[in-house]
Amino acid sequence: MSKTHKELLKTSVSRLEEIASSDPRIKERSSWDCVLLSRQQGRPGTTTYINMICDEFTELHGDRAFGDDPAMIGGIGTIAGRAITFIGNRKGMNLRENIAYNYGMSNPEGYRKALRLAKQAEKFGRPIVCFIDTPGAFPGIGAEERGIGEAIARNLKEFSTLKVPILSFIIGEGGSGGALGIGVGDKLYMLENAVYSVITPEGFASILLRDPSRAQEAAEAMKMTAHDLKRFTIIHDIIPEVPEGAHHNPQFTAKAIKETIIRDLDTLCAKPPANLVRYRIRKIRGIGEFEGSATWWTTLLEVFKLTEDLK
Amino acid sequence: MQVLHDCPSCHRHIADDVLQKYLLVCPECGFHHRINASQRIEQLCDSGSFKEFSGELCSKNPIELDGYTEKLLQNQQKSAMNEAVVTGTCTIEKHQAVLAVMSFDFMGGSMGSVVGEKITQAMFQGALNNIPVIICTASGGARMQEGIFSLMQMAKTASAAALLEQTKVPLFIVLTHPTTGGVTASFAMLGDVILAEPGALIGFAGPRVIEGTIGQKLPEGFQRAEFQLAKGFVDIIVPRDKLRNQLSFLIRTHKSNLGETYEQDA
Repeated sequence: MSKTHKELLKTSVSRLEEIASSDPRIKERSSWDCVLLSRQQGRPGTTTYINMICDEFTELHGDRAFGDDPAMIGGIGTIAGRAITFIGNRKGMNLRENIAYNYGMSNPEGYRKALRLAKQAEKFGRPIVCFIDTPGAFPGIGAEERGIGEAIARNLKEFSTLKVPILSFIIGEGGSGGALGIGVGDKLYMLENAVYSVITPEGFASILLRDPSRAQEAAEAMKMTAHDLKRFTIIHDIIPEVPEGAHHNPQFTAKAIKETIIRDLDTLCAKPPANLVRYRIRKIRGIGEFEGSATWWTTLLEVFKLTEDLK
Repeated sequence: MQVLHDCPSCHRHIADDVLQKYLLVCPECGFHHRINASQRIEQLCDSGSFKEFSGELCSKNPIELDGYTEKLLQNQQKSAMNEAVVTGTCTIEKHQAVLAVMSFDFMGGSMGSVVGEKITQAMFQGALNNIPVIICTASGGARMQEGIFSLMQMAKTASAAALLEQTKVPLFIVLTHPTTGGVTASFAMLGDVILAEPGALIGFAGPRVIEGTIGQKLPEGFQRAEFQLAKGFVDIIVPRDKLRNQLSFLIRTHKSNLGETYEQDA
């Protein structure tokens, strides 16, 4: 670990202590504070929320091809009698768990397990809820050998046309393609102190600012907080946390998540599946800022007409 | 005066006109030099058949990042391109095709809003006109300067590939050096047939990032086209001088279920 990295870590810890003792009425935090809070050890994770919002839950394992990735959790749960497939990144709540779950960084088999369970959900008409909390997909030798790029690509493609409602919640770190790999759906929410970005602020700082110690500055420039992404209309809404952060009162956030799930599924489950998919693709199709022609909408309708499922 | 190129692989000096004749492949060792979009188009398409579309699309600065607008201008001047991908229709050995060619010369071939949009429009052109879509990739991944908008282009291009698949129009991907990051993790891995140029670096995480994670040097040939073929992620490795013919073969053999042949009316 470099000296600057150590210093950054030290200031991060003291900053987290300051946040904890600061005025709880602060509304919008700085991007860097959100980065620190989203990564803080002990922040409620996927398993915390599944346990709090489900009446029952059974975890299902494996991708049926290579293995079971503990960094990705999946299974079937119930809320008020409705069966839902849950998929989420698992980071762990302490160092021992962090190591066991690879800090929430999945290998290809994690994404393939997610897809298997999503397809299973589609087959039986179960809606899907995803919890995103990962620094990114795992950059390792085995991950590359087994096609991490292909695994994420396939998920993006398949999730965009699944014929059941998909809700995604970014509950902590939304790290790049590794987060997007389970992040394509009908509705996308972020917790108040969660972040979502194309690269970590450290990566951005070292590549574009040529200095990894400028991560704090990078975090502001990247516009990666829930408020930023709501302004960009990338996410639908922000799920509140108590002012001190979700770890101070996980029940508070879990309740808000649960209410959102119930409300959205009541609406989305009533829609014909083809409408759901058309609307989902339309939303994704429209993302992008550029100058030039913008008559994509009629073209998209014509393409829909050529397909079996969406005409 | 004769211009000589130093081959980065075998270090022999190759005369410029010889290298051009061999399509920028070293005649001594077979090393494939990087080529830009216009060179690729010239090599693949029937002479004069390429007609560009969506060329007017220009990037904005969606997250208002300092220096991005200037960077775009610099790259436009340096590369004589508007953006990192050129899209159009063409014929290849008289077969119609939609062709998208990425150029590493323009900001490392990175995918921002315009690249994502043009790739999407290319796939939809193919879908609407029942013409096969060919995409030659060369990219360092998502364009960080566009923040979350660049990440979302992965979802956008992948969902376009999903629709293209439903219309049963083939998608052929040609992976060229280098293809990494968000492009690998979206449309580049979604072809019906995936071809690669010899020696091309193809992967998700960059080699330096992986070395940083594992704390050791990567083995020789890791993430190269030959490695990806052995691991099952590439259908076929095609040397540059065979690419045009290989694509023509693929178009011919992917007749649509309606029996159309994609043959251009004379």
